[in-house]
Amino acid sequence: MHFTYHIEGGNFAKAGDTSSQVKKTLKQLNVDGAVIKRTVVALYEAEVNIVAHAYEGIIDVEIDSEKIFIRLSDEGPGIPDIKKAMEVGYSTASAEVREMGFGAGMGLSNIQNNTDIFKITSVVGQGTILEITNQFLVH
Amino acid sequence: MNVCPTEAIRVSEGKARLSNNRCVDCGDCYRVCPVGAIIVEQDDFESIYKYPVRIALLPSVFAGQFTESVGPDEILGAILELGFSHVFEVEEGVEFLSGIFNEYIERTEIAKPLISPFCPAIVRLIQVKFPTLINHLLPLKAPVDITAMSVRKRFVEQGIPANEIGIFYVTPCAAKIVAVKSPVGEETSAVDGVINLNYLYNKTYKLIRGKRTHPPLPEVTTLTEKAICWSLTRGESGHIKQGRNLAIDEISNVIEFLEKLENGEIQGIDFLELRACDESCAGGILCPGNRFLTAEKLHDRARKVSQNNTEIKSALQDPNEIASFLRENMHTGKIMPRSIMKLDDSVAEAMIKMKRIYDLNRMLPQVDCGICGSPSCKALAEDIVQFGATLQQCIFVQKILEQNDKLDVRESVEIMRKIWSNTKLDKNSLKDEINEIQ
Repeated sequence: MHFTYHIEGGNFAKAGDTSSQVKKTLKQLNVDGAVIKRTVVALYEAEVNIVAHAYEGIIDVEIDSEKIFIRLSDEGPGIPDIKKAMEVGYSTASAEVREMGFGAGMGLSNIQNNTDIFKITSVVGQGTILEITNQFLVH
Repeated sequence: MNVCPTEAIRVSEGKARLSNNRCVDCGDCYRVCPVGAIIVEQDDFESIYKYPVRIALLPSVFAGQFTESVGPDEILGAILELGFSHVFEVEEGVEFLSGIFNEYIERTEIAKPLISPFCPAIVRLIQVKFPTLINHLLPLKAPVDITAMSVRKRFVEQGIPANEIGIFYVTPCAAKIVAVKSPVGEETSAVDGVINLNYLYNKTYKLIRGKRTHPPLPEVTTLTEKAICWSLTRGESGHIKQGRNLAIDEISNVIEFLEKLENGEIQGIDFLELRACDESCAGGILCPGNRFLTAEKLHDRARKVSQNNTEIKSALQDPNEIASFLRENMHTGKIMPRSIMKLDDSVAEAMIKMKRIYDLNRMLPQVDCGICGSPSCKALAEDIVQFGATLQQCIFVQKILEQNDKLDVRESVEIMRKIWSNTKLDKNSLKDEINEIQ
């Protein structure tokens, strides 16, 4: 099953909409609550990253009976040093974004902590692609 | 049908039917139903006479229904005259509970924010819609249970056999009635019956108004400021000593907030007071008075208690004396999830159903008119897959089929009859008028 969502950069009021949609779908599919929680926390962080840093982005969600795979690709500045960006507390978010309660620099590591498979690639000046997978537990 | 926050109502054979699984007893349908079709289950008032000792537990919002001119002693006197042998205020148990709340807040090993279990409609909402947040619910009983346990203990200690004590809770809402009839996480309830607040208000008011002279009035016990306002919005959260806390009332506000909390969008909150009704219990569906005026009256009463430095005369025995008894009995059993969201137990099956629902939903007009008997187009699509509803229940689908000679008028009328019964279709008395419109 496939879903596609478009994300508008800079629109914080809508940040979280995709996460809510995906959460609802996973609940309907009777996916284990702990897996839903991990997935939604990771997705929300990633969604906010697009809103905070990129111009626009696309979230592709692929669900089968065993796992959820999410691919977030954005057009944006890209990440020059991914290793550094993964460090807890490191953030390039503007003061304005921080003012809104985002950009604490926990994002990428938090996403990684909440996913089974985490893959990130980025080209400076073009954008970032983040791919995450979570396995469903068998009931 | 479409005010229900959990889409628990369907119409068939002319009647609104509530799904027990989905309903959280918030009472929003009761509030809006134009024909009074939603009935609140309650105990017969006469059932109090089964017990020699008949105790009424009155919530503080009860006195808030009366005008200024009616004194608390008159209310109390009237209730005793109506047949109760003793009256206690529900919020007696509050002082004890608020201490326990603060103990929980200090514990760092439990998931925050802690969610108050005070409002039973909220507990059920979390069970059915936000099962991942169940472990945030404080595993504690409500003030009414704490008070009822204390009262019963006191009378038993005075030598009255337990089966001769009848404790009746006067309730401002439907959710509390269900909480007594089928408690969540408990085998039995601490009270023996429930009395509809509106019913008792009418009886009490009539008695007070009809009187020229009053019999000697009983002495009224007092509650603390905190206890008086506990059931109002910010009643609980205002007394949490540590960390960040929020009070949210009205069920759709609560749902909006819990959605965000569940996504991890909201962080750093330690305690949440959540209430299903606007203005909390002052806005309970069984409260006849205006909720804002009721809240004002309670705040006034609380202010007077603090200004006059009123000595608090608890009707119960020394709270310290029974604290250890209450501590042993204050916990609820495990609260289980009751998800209404899942389409099937198996993920693979659920995916097949979801695909079908998606395909069916695309054929529907998305106007959510409710004529099909389901609250929205999406809900009808789900009902087709899950509960044997049919696509032909949709009036737009009927028109499309009629255009293509796939359905004749007789058949479509029959479908409508099954949903709405004859009453909506056989307007015989108005037939001439309707025909004239042409």
